[in-house]
Amino acid sequence: MPRDELDVMSEIKRNYILQKIKKDGLRADGRKLDEMRKVVIQTNFIPRASGSAVVTLGRTKVVCGIKIEAGEPFPDTPNQGVLTTNVELLPMAFPTFEAGPPSEDSIEIARVVDRGIRESKMIDLQKLVVEPAKQVWIVFIDIDVIDYDGNLIDACTIAAVSALATAVVPASTIGQKDFPLPITCKPASVTMMKIDNVVIVDPDLEEEQIASARLTVTMAEDGHLKAMQKGEPGFFTLEEIQKAIKTSSDVGSQIRSNYPK
Amino acid sequence: MSNVKQIVMPGDPVEVPNLKPRNGVYKCGDNAYCSQFFGILQESEQFVDVVPFTGKYVPRRNDKVIGKVIEIGPSMWIVDISSTYTTLLHMNDAPWRVTSGELKRYMNVGDYVYAKILSINEIKESWITMKDVGLKKLEGGTLVSLPAPKVPRIIGKGGSMVNMIKDATHTRIMVGQNGVIWLDGAPENVIVAIGAIRKVEEEAHTVGLTDRVKKYLEDKKGEIVGNSE
Amino acid sequence: MGTASDKKLFDENGLRLDGRSPGDLRPIRIETDVLNRADGSAFIEWGGNKIQVAVYGPREAYPRHMQDINQAFVRARYNMAAFSVDERKRPGPDRRSMEISKVISEALQAAIMVELFPRAQIDVFIEVLQADAGTRIAGLTASAVALAAAGVPMRDLVVGCTAGKVDGKVVLDLSKEEDNFGQADLPIAIMPKSGKVVLMQMDGDLSVDEFNEATSMIFKATERINQIQRDALKKNYANTAQDWGE
Repeated sequence: MPRDELDVMSEIKRNYILQKIKKDGLRADGRKLDEMRKVVIQTNFIPRASGSAVVTLGRTKVVCGIKIEAGEPFPDTPNQGVLTTNVELLPMAFPTFEAGPPSEDSIEIARVVDRGIRESKMIDLQKLVVEPAKQVWIVFIDIDVIDYDGNLIDACTIAAVSALATAVVPASTIGQKDFPLPITCKPASVTMMKIDNVVIVDPDLEEEQIASARLTVTMAEDGHLKAMQKGEPGFFTLEEIQKAIKTSSDVGSQIRSNYPK
Repeated sequence: MSNVKQIVMPGDPVEVPNLKPRNGVYKCGDNAYCSQFFGILQESEQFVDVVPFTGKYVPRRNDKVIGKVIEIGPSMWIVDISSTYTTLLHMNDAPWRVTSGELKRYMNVGDYVYAKILSINEIKESWITMKDVGLKKLEGGTLVSLPAPKVPRIIGKGGSMVNMIKDATHTRIMVGQNGVIWLDGAPENVIVAIGAIRKVEEEAHTVGLTDRVKKYLEDKKGEIVGNSE
Repeated sequence: MGTASDKKLFDENGLRLDGRSPGDLRPIRIETDVLNRADGSAFIEWGGNKIQVAVYGPREAYPRHMQDINQAFVRARYNMAAFSVDERKRPGPDRRSMEISKVISEALQAAIMVELFPRAQIDVFIEVLQADAGTRIAGLTASAVALAAAGVPMRDLVVGCTAGKVDGKVVLDLSKEEDNFGQADLPIAIMPKSGKVVLMQMDGDLSVDEFNEATSMIFKATERINQIQRDALKKNYANTAQDWGE
């Protein structure tokens, strides 16, 4: 059911959320400051895709499908497969989402998700070469957002990583044997937002509406930083960022425990 | 009443001996009426209505509603009441002496108001008023909303359900006919009250709801702070 | 449409590649209220089709020049996910999806009591997550369920089915393979109570007799599909109260 359809956040709700966070160190839905919402992952939802996952993060729901097709490599990387990531903010997901060309928001989400996967070297792109400079495997990550209640970056990363982890390269289409997509690690992004100097993990929509700044930290199992993104007009202090990195490491391993083996 | 209510779908004939079809039906033949909604048949005196399970609030004169200011014009506030259409509050229907162009000083975008439906015209434009007992701008507390057709269940027979929740949680609660509900009290108590409201929303169509909400409130007794307001 | 091909689409017993008789439907499953944000939603699996539908509205039409003071307008948007078909589809609308959106909008408009909502619009978003032939009919069938689940007033539900011609034989509910090699394709949607046809398209080659055979198969099938729609709606309200309301 729709709640608070308009982007206008009421003073009453804002005060209620603020008061709970400041006074009790709790969120309006009862979560602790560094607590993720419940994650549910269903893989192989789209058998026709090379890999797929439906992910719900609280009341946010996204569907990721992987298509792997043979094609030409980029001229500057003749010995590597190609990875592309696209996120569709479907109008069914929220009353004010519009159909049409990708919005700034959807491009940012796709690029942050892409960077986490690319920079962690999750996919061993070198193993996706059929014939150097001529034919490689192109991995298309497409994500449909179908229900929006905040924190799309993490929902989309979880979906993409889960779908990739279960993906199969359809090599039989070029007369070879199908093989599992070569995976080296499973990155996890953790998005935090700042509400009145308090940093919370995994914001829902109401929290996003009143937060001043956003920080996403993506790490892999090795505990190293792979991608970061600060967003929204507010700021973080260096101390806040250092603390957020620590949080991301802890929460990231919780997320990782949900990933398909 | 002992028999389970009959569920109907759009287009299903609505025929109950000796009862006249009234709301939620349309004429689908010379002497025949069919349901407009997915909902249930409800009998009252000589009438039978189709009550939808969910849907947008449809304003009726004198309904008390909770709405949110979403735009301000020179002489009126435009208010979202979770209906298909926004409604209008003219400055002369506000409880203050407002000068044209100065509306923002009294109520701004994002403020909530408890008001009464004054009138509705043919093309579904409607006006609300704050000039009646208890009508006001809402300050503090928090808000939840649910589909308007479930409001009668939240209120209960003669207010029994909402009063039970109020008493058990020491929380002030105002229910708008449009499904927007305002609550105020200690945060712990408000969380329990919202839990009870969500339970009513999710199980609105089930048998024995009052008993289950009662049990829920008893189970949560330990989380309630303060014995009286 | 393909032409009669070398590919055998029937076995020696006259059964189709997936084991169905000519008049059999593929398995159909509908679930309602699967999304939180939308006013109403439905998910349909029909054979290998997986389609998510969401309804928003009736809400005030925007931009304002689109407002009709006599009635609401219905705007369906049929869209295929990039990963819904074998070869990745470029995201966004194309001529095919725009035409399908239009005929679905018109079919739904016939059933919805649009005259109750002057100046309003009703949005129906249809996202094909996996396509397996017959997506427009599956999407439309699920849309009617999502609209009813949203509490939108309607004269009737809308239910559809496709028939076609394969190897010179009329068959119900074409599979993807049959669609690719078939000789005719006839999607029809009706309002089940009145039998009024609200969507019909056809391409390929059918004799008048074949058309009549196809429509009688379709009408018979819609009774079963309509029952699946009704069961899906009722499922969430299994223990309806004795004491609802006042």
